[in-house]
Amino acid sequence: MDFTHQFVQQLINGVSLGSIYALIALGYTMIYGIIKLINFAHGDIYMVGAYIGFFAVTRAEMSIVPALLVSMVVTGLLGMLVERLAYKPLRHAPRISILITAIGVSFFLEYASMYFVTPTPRTFPNVIDNIAYNIGPFVVNGQQMMIMGITLILMVILTYIVQKTKLGKAMRAASFDVETAQLMGINADRVISYTFCIGSALAAAAGVLVGVYYNSIDPLMGIMPGLKAFVAAVLGGIGILPGAVTGGIILGVIEAMVSGFLSSTFRDAAAFGILILVLLFKPSGLLGKNRREKV
Amino acid sequence: MNLLRKNDLIMLAFGIVLFAVLQGLISTKIIGSFWELNLIIIGINVIMSVSLNLINGYTGQFSLGHAGFMAVGAYVGVVLTTFFKLPFIVALAAGALAAGFLGFLIGLPTLRLRGDYLAIATLGLGEIIRIVIMNIDYVGGAAGFQGITHYTNFAWVFIIMLITLFVIKNFINSSHGRACIAIRENEIAAEAMGINTTKYKVMAFTMGAAFAGIAGGLFAHNFYIISPSSFTFLSSFNYLIMVVMGGMGSITGSIAGAFVVTFISAALANWPEFRMIIYALVLILLMFYRPQGLFGYMEITNMGIFRRILKRGRE
Repeated sequence: MDFTHQFVQQLINGVSLGSIYALIALGYTMIYGIIKLINFAHGDIYMVGAYIGFFAVTRAEMSIVPALLVSMVVTGLLGMLVERLAYKPLRHAPRISILITAIGVSFFLEYASMYFVTPTPRTFPNVIDNIAYNIGPFVVNGQQMMIMGITLILMVILTYIVQKTKLGKAMRAASFDVETAQLMGINADRVISYTFCIGSALAAAAGVLVGVYYNSIDPLMGIMPGLKAFVAAVLGGIGILPGAVTGGIILGVIEAMVSGFLSSTFRDAAAFGILILVLLFKPSGLLGKNRREKV
Repeated sequence: MNLLRKNDLIMLAFGIVLFAVLQGLISTKIIGSFWELNLIIIGINVIMSVSLNLINGYTGQFSLGHAGFMAVGAYVGVVLTTFFKLPFIVALAAGALAAGFLGFLIGLPTLRLRGDYLAIATLGLGEIIRIVIMNIDYVGGAAGFQGITHYTNFAWVFIIMLITLFVIKNFINSSHGRACIAIRENEIAAEAMGINTTKYKVMAFTMGAAFAGIAGGLFAHNFYIISPSSFTFLSSFNYLIMVVMGGMGSITGSIAGAFVVTFISAALANWPEFRMIIYALVLILLMFYRPQGLFGYMEITNMGIFRRILKRGRE
């Protein structure tokens, strides 16, 4: 296999992995955009989504699309619940307190689900036939096609919601300035709640897709993808939706390249290395604008 | 003699008495090996949490990579004692120097970041340190470093813990420490008052990292094998919990936090899931009802009860 061939193949793998990061990163970015919180629990929401999808497929014997929808709805509600119980009481607390609460929620979701579903990894059943499509000399398998397809559909829906609906307008207004938005008659609490719902639903979709792709899910699976999705959100410019998608895909491609050409053990280090470089040289992210801090 | 020095002496005397009592109980086997191990771990955790408190609590820079510096101290220490046969104290000092130097190198660029960005950057750096160690075959890679001589005992840990507490306490009460606290309260205002914020932030970060390195050295020589998986960001979170629980900005709080957390995890060792669920709930409830932690900014030497004892002694 020559270099170009392997490069393109890794690119395909990278884009499908990156789509997953993009879906999780969208939730991060939306939540950060409105309440300026790194929701450490977001990766665990994604894990819960994967488990709900798993039980929908195995216990309720659904096919993959209904399972995906069920998982998105239930996890979206869970996201709203988490916001209501853990973050809303701290709306006006210092940001460090909310950050620590987020770490607490993350631990709680991880170990509570470990208690309920046992720590042993579960094998996700094969829900779609694993057909390999040959495009020229390159191989794209059915799961990768599905991941990219579903990601694309969800992004179109999200763009529609954010750009065309009243809720989306309220979300954009709130992420610009919560207080002013409230003065204009927007119910900020409700907007924040819906933002958590949408973000969590996207993460749940990512969780189910990862289950289908890697065939294995466990209660701690959310930690690393959660952190990396945050890296993706920062890379693209936190608070900017297209930035999260761009960042996610770039990160996925870089990871695929590092594990393809160097060593897979350095994959995680590469993601964090990128994060630090971005923060040092362009803290506002690739698509972000510099904002001056005022006293 | 002013009050501060007198307090120091009283605390030192208390420390020595406590040490004598505990050491006596250990020597006479009244405290079994399980609780002796836990006492050692409490000591190490006190060093870790107090040094993290210097960064997170006193200087207000939210670091989540403390376990990374501990790993550096641990690995430098074990390489020196195992491969180069150097004495333990030299290895500890070298570990502290290496971790401190790395903290300096990392702190210089990253401390420009604020709040949550700094948190996630330090978390990333801690992970990078761990992954790099995992890929060095010289120190055993992912399988871990084997054949460490068991040097750490209760006396070492306790004495180094006392030294750490005194150094950090005096640092905080010095003009440098005041500058750090000013940065925590309001960075822009501190800068306007002529404080070189970068200098003091890096100073606190370097010091915190160096003490984490010492703690790492003690930790490593307490076991026969160490592996990079002992130093994940989850253990950084663990130290953070101690600091937050005790109170960000209180040495007494950090000691109490280290004690309580270690004690809880030892007591619940057989139910690891419950342990973590309890941690999580404690963290969340603390943030709801007592966000400043158990002690807030209070030190035991400032509390009414201590003063009263002191006054009675004077009469």
